[in-house]
Amino acid sequence: MLPEIGHFALIIAFCFALIQAIFPLIGSYRNQTFCIQLAKPAALGQLLFILISVGCLISAFITNDFSVQYVAQNSNTQLPLPYKIAALWGAHEGSLLLWVTILSLWTNAVACWSKPIPAAILARVISILGILSTGFLLFLLLTSNPFKRLLPDIPVQGADLNPLLQDPGLVIHPPMLYMGYVGFAVAFAFAVTALLNGRLDTAWARWTRPWAIAAWSFLTAGITLGSWWAYRELGWGGWWFWDPVENASFLPWLTGTALIHSLIVVEKRSSFKGWTILLAICAFSLSLLGTFLVRSGVLVSVHAFANDPARGAFLLQFLTVVIGASLLLYAIRAPVIRGGSYFALLSRETFLLINNVLLMVIMATILLGTLYPLILDGLNLGKISVGPPYFNAVFVPLIIPLLIFMGIGPVSYWREMNSLMLIKRLWLPFICAVLLAVILLYVSTGQLPWQVALGLILACWIILTTMQLLLNQIIKRKNFSFVRHILGMTLAHLGIAICVIGITLTSYYKAERDVKISLGDTVQVGPYDFRFVNINNLPGPNYQAIDAEFAVSQAGQAVSTLHAQKRIYTADQITMTEAAIDAGIWRDLYIALGEPLTDTTWSVRIYYKPFVRWIWLGGILMVLGGIAAVSQRSKLICRQPTNSHY
Amino acid sequence: MNLNPIHRRRLTLILIIIIAVAVATALALYALQQNINLFYSPSQVAAGQVPVNHAFRLGGIVQAGSVKHAPDSLQVVFTVTDNKKSVLVNYTGILPDLFREGQAVVVEGKLTTQGTLQADQVLAKHDEKYMPAAVKAMLKPAVK
Repeated sequence: MLPEIGHFALIIAFCFALIQAIFPLIGSYRNQTFCIQLAKPAALGQLLFILISVGCLISAFITNDFSVQYVAQNSNTQLPLPYKIAALWGAHEGSLLLWVTILSLWTNAVACWSKPIPAAILARVISILGILSTGFLLFLLLTSNPFKRLLPDIPVQGADLNPLLQDPGLVIHPPMLYMGYVGFAVAFAFAVTALLNGRLDTAWARWTRPWAIAAWSFLTAGITLGSWWAYRELGWGGWWFWDPVENASFLPWLTGTALIHSLIVVEKRSSFKGWTILLAICAFSLSLLGTFLVRSGVLVSVHAFANDPARGAFLLQFLTVVIGASLLLYAIRAPVIRGGSYFALLSRETFLLINNVLLMVIMATILLGTLYPLILDGLNLGKISVGPPYFNAVFVPLIIPLLIFMGIGPVSYWREMNSLMLIKRLWLPFICAVLLAVILLYVSTGQLPWQVALGLILACWIILTTMQLLLNQIIKRKNFSFVRHILGMTLAHLGIAICVIGITLTSYYKAERDVKISLGDTVQVGPYDFRFVNINNLPGPNYQAIDAEFAVSQAGQAVSTLHAQKRIYTADQITMTEAAIDAGIWRDLYIALGEPLTDTTWSVRIYYKPFVRWIWLGGILMVLGGIAAVSQRSKLICRQPTNSHY
Repeated sequence: MNLNPIHRRRLTLILIIIIAVAVATALALYALQQNINLFYSPSQVAAGQVPVNHAFRLGGIVQAGSVKHAPDSLQVVFTVTDNKKSVLVNYTGILPDLFREGQAVVVEGKLTTQGTLQADQVLAKHDEKYMPAAVKAMLKPAVK
């Protein structure tokens, strides 16, 4: 019975979405208060019924109701409870339901925290979110109903969740990523509203920015978690593969980063208006493109489950309509919202423009590499693949100037400044960065490889200029209240620097060895000795494991004991490698079992990865920066009356 | 030239953007040219369509009974077939979890002058039911 209620609730939610999409928009044009006021209750009703629907599906998972096809395909009686709940978003239908739920949550968040926004404008924003929601609910109901029954032959046992996805990283990675993807829908709705209104002022930027930053923070958290999951679970010890699915999340992140920077210019200087609107449309379009690439089955990847052409076709049409309509609206209305104020070549506006251009150029090159094989395949020009060397070759030269300008931008002035002033502010951190990086590197390793030196200099350069700015503010104001103002930026920029250090050091100093090792043998990798101590069988809740024990020592001193496993999941007999990781702030030790060659001899991957944690530490700092900025700004919005301009 | 400051500023900014885009385009095209891996079937390899010493991807089925491990190293030799022609693959390293005889596989590497494939990477995907789309498309005519 519950699955039918869930399905029915979804249909009612669709009706609410229609009301939310149509009436507030019409009301805002005809000035009908009743229609405008419908926006919030319709959004709330939609959320309520979507939540009922989600609840029904979760209960089907918990009670092992294998008469529901989706549950039968993605769960199993032996699956641990947290994974049963996470199985909700383990495959296509459920993850779309999650998409819609999150969109509804964002919509209600906007409806709730929007006191200073005039009702008519808010009604349009909610309407546009309603249109998006209508599209996705329709998609869900027509092509991907998660409540579809398997009657009359009800399976006694489910097929189990894909073992790769049975990891704590997966429990939170998709919701975070989707919060980010879908969060850009809010910035998109604000942008389309500005186009409809033909008006874009600093207040608009003040309303939009916290939402854009919030979405960006979630996306950052999602990407960081995804990278950590891939490192732990894919068994290759890599943290980024330039896989099309990873790129699909990186593209909106790059655009979102450009967007939150260009919104500053709109707010403070009233420039970059049209460009900012375009970025908001772009960020959301790329989120949709990401969903399309992952969900339509055009990509062959761990993430691509659906291979139903109807789904791909629907998503592609939806994508075309949303992107086409918003770009058409942009083309018609953009001239109306032009305008801006003067800025000199040497000014913060220019540096932010450079940031935007570089980010979008990087985005475009990655987009090219990701779509190129698909386009060629679509045109029947042959099957190709574009590998990591392409992405590294284009990404690295483009990211370096971006990192250099990251040190300059924050200390520059709005409107104009003279070059002497800039040099006066920057010569000291520059010299210190070079000295610090070179000395640290030389003292700790005795060598100076230029790639590492460059990476460290760039990281130190960002850290020192950012800290200098923070110190100046403290000294100038003699209190810490102003520091809160730039705390978000400081944390996020430091996060990038930490990430750069992690990437540079782990890429250059990692030691990776694939070896053939027998029981009792010792292998040296990096400065560590790994001894193969023991091997035995271990039963798990829904798998059988072969557990290999390794004793790690450094110069005769015991460091740790690691247990690497090979798991065979009972339900579908899939073999999985469970890597053993000894994590540390300075280095990770990583062991993954390959295959048995004899009873006591295995092929094993043993990795020594210095500073690899710093990559995710940087991600965490960026997220904290985002949170700081959002909390700071939301207070600011509540305090200020609507008509104030500063 | 007689340009007022605003125009000069605009011109400079536009120049910066054009240079950035041009550099990126050049980089992207160069990198694409170097790093595209074309996909071939064993029949195409046997027909001599693949240039020697150029990285490419080979897709097919691992022939049953063809996998041979070296006794003292991680070297492994196996045959990839499309049910018409087959190619001998030489690989040193750890094979993926789902590498099995009779299963679909994608191998990346270069062709040696002897006509064998020296592999840098062996990909077998994570789903038993899964078959790489490219391999599937290739095998269809053979299955008929």
